Amino acid sequence: MRFTLNGTTVSLDVVGTRRLLDVLREDLHLTGTKEGCGEGECGACSVLIDGEVVDSCLIAVGQVEGREVTTVEGLADGGRLTALQQAFIEYGAAQCGICTPGMLLAAHVLLEGSSRLTADEVREGLAGNLCRCTGYTKIIEAVLSCTT
Amino acid sequence: MHDVTYLRPTSLKDAVQLYRKTPGCRPLAGGTDLMVMLHAGTLRPEPRAILDLWSIPELKGVRRTQGLLEIGAAESYTGIIRAREAQEHVPALVAAARTIGAAQIQNRGTLGGNLANASPAGDTLPVLLAYDAVVVTDRRSIPIDQFFTGYRRTALQPDELIVAVRIPLGRRVLFRKVGTRAAQAISKVVVAVSRSPARVAIGSVAEVTIRARRAESALERHDIEGAIAAVAGDIRPIDDVRSTASYRAAVTQNVLRELLDASARS
Repeated sequence: MRFTLNGTTVSLDVVGTRRLLDVLREDLHLTGTKEGCGEGECGACSVLIDGEVVDSCLIAVGQVEGREVTTVEGLADGGRLTALQQAFIEYGAAQCGICTPGMLLAAHVLLEGSSRLTADEVREGLAGNLCRCTGYTKIIEAVLSCTT
Repeated sequence: MHDVTYLRPTSLKDAVQLYRKTPGCRPLAGGTDLMVMLHAGTLRPEPRAILDLWSIPELKGVRRTQGLLEIGAAESYTGIIRAREAQEHVPALVAAARTIGAAQIQNRGTLGGNLANASPAGDTLPVLLAYDAVVVTDRRSIPIDQFFTGYRRTALQPDELIVAVRIPLGRRVLFRKVGTRAAQAISKVVVAVSRSPARVAIGSVAEVTIRARRAESALERHDIEGAIAAVAGDIRPIDDVRSTASYRAAVTQNVLRELLDASARS
């Protein structure tokens, strides 16, 4: 099967029912995508498929045939971080870090949709991403700093 | 687990044929329920093949046809939320879709999945009952009030695929879900109400999503207090990890009162 991963075409010989999460981490060695609950509750494994945020633990890898997948590794342009990633550093929006890749991707989609967001809209947009350190305030401040 | 065959038909015709001829085949749409169970190895009966319906064009879309709104079985909740025709004609369904999970789940969850899974806590199911929706399959149309036959059991034949849901237009339905938080919550109680015709549909209070027939009879007589009292006899709530029977009974009556008040005001 083939799909586009962070802008590059990948060809894989894998069983289609395996979780996208496992193929990303174990076969493609992209360990930025984390496993939290494995049940679609926590958002730690969030990735983008054709620009929409999904939980990669709920995706059969066969379902991304011909589609574009973006993981946290695909956000930065080489060593150049996005404004959102830079804001996470500046605002201290990461504690243990396990939710951070998913938070970044969910927030990235939110900011792509609109550059003008209220705090409530950010909270709703990130409602599917749990921070086990409960560091939501800094995360929301970081995302809001990227709005106009 | 990984010796399960993965089938990815590209048309509805191929999907129907594959489903009929492949033993032990289980349909997959967005995977929000199925993938959890598949990975945990808890799907019963254990599937020998997975039939991926997610990318089939005929199962997508929200369209208006002949006084009905038709929604493809594999259209995502996000697609329903964004569809102008859905916002205009079935706002209660849009409201229900917005309470399901969060963006990640709304981007993958489908009406076909919610129906086939037949969880008593399925958030769209009371709304579909209140609208008198019809479940369209590859071979027939099933009125929604005949669709759920028991705990996680449906009227579907073993080789029958849900294709679409049709909803009659022109009915006003109000919806309220009570969960632990606004997002990512499985319902403790979920209610949808129509005044005319009288429909009271409730989830998470019995082994299936129910029509509260006693409450509906009272509503037909415009007896609102009677409906609120009678609904206690319609529901069969239990204690479980999410709530208790007595909480559910009290909240069902409170929510019904709130929705009937709201519908009287407008």
